[in-house]
Amino acid sequence: MLMTNIPLEFYLVLSAILFVIGAVGVLTRRNAIIIFMSIEIMLNSVNLTFVSFSIYFGDTLGQLFVFFVMAIAAAEAAIGLAIVLALYRLKQTVFVDEVNLLKW
Amino acid sequence: MSLHYFFFILLSVLAVASAIVTIATKHPIRSAIALVVHFFMLAGLYLTLSAQFVAVMQILVYAGAIMVLVVFVIMLLNLGKDQSLEKKITFNNFGGIVLAGTFGLAVIYAFINLHPEPTSFPNHNVNFTTVQAIGRSLFTNYIVQFEAIGLLLTAAIIGAVLLAKRKLM
Repeated sequence: MLMTNIPLEFYLVLSAILFVIGAVGVLTRRNAIIIFMSIEIMLNSVNLTFVSFSIYFGDTLGQLFVFFVMAIAAAEAAIGLAIVLALYRLKQTVFVDEVNLLKW
Repeated sequence: MSLHYFFFILLSVLAVASAIVTIATKHPIRSAIALVVHFFMLAGLYLTLSAQFVAVMQILVYAGAIMVLVVFVIMLLNLGKDQSLEKKITFNNFGGIVLAGTFGLAVIYAFINLHPEPTSFPNHNVNFTTVQAIGRSLFTNYIVQFEAIGLLLTAAIIGAVLLAKRKLM
């Protein structure tokens, strides 16, 4: 038997709030590492939506999606942090507004 | 007010607070610690939904592997303090906050109007949340996707090594 009697909307609204917090972090911070962490917050809020709908519909597929999202997030963190390291070696900065090689 | 509501509200308030600390604090290492707290709170929320496998994966993969990588890079670069969020409300930042807030309000409005009255979870048999059920589904119906994830992780490892290497040969 399912152990919760909390409405589904509570989980959905919570995940929307967390997504907005992550989006504000991505749009306003300059530090590339903090931008990565904000992206992780956004991915996690989507995972919460997936899990709550998976439980709501009684289907395993939502949790498999969460598994795949976690694998993608791990790959993204590895590649992204390697890019940050290469960027720091090249420009001695991790602030994204000081990196304007592609800006005209 | 039952115990369920108490735990849900406690976990969600702590999750939102640690997320705000993550994006608003000055030093990256404080962000990382707050983010670990956030991941643990999300694992607790998954447990209130009786999704044990996802909760354990959350702690193992996110709080264990990914955050160790992030903290390692922060320590390696030995960064100084960034400006905190509230001290530099420029036009661009303000635009970003307004944009994200509008989007969030729209999503919350859509979620709340999903049904006229609050939807409670139906009483399924919870066998579909066990590791056994997820593993069976993963290795029968979704085996192609599972192998594709393995391929993607291999490519990501090779890419990370190539990007971080000083000289290729």
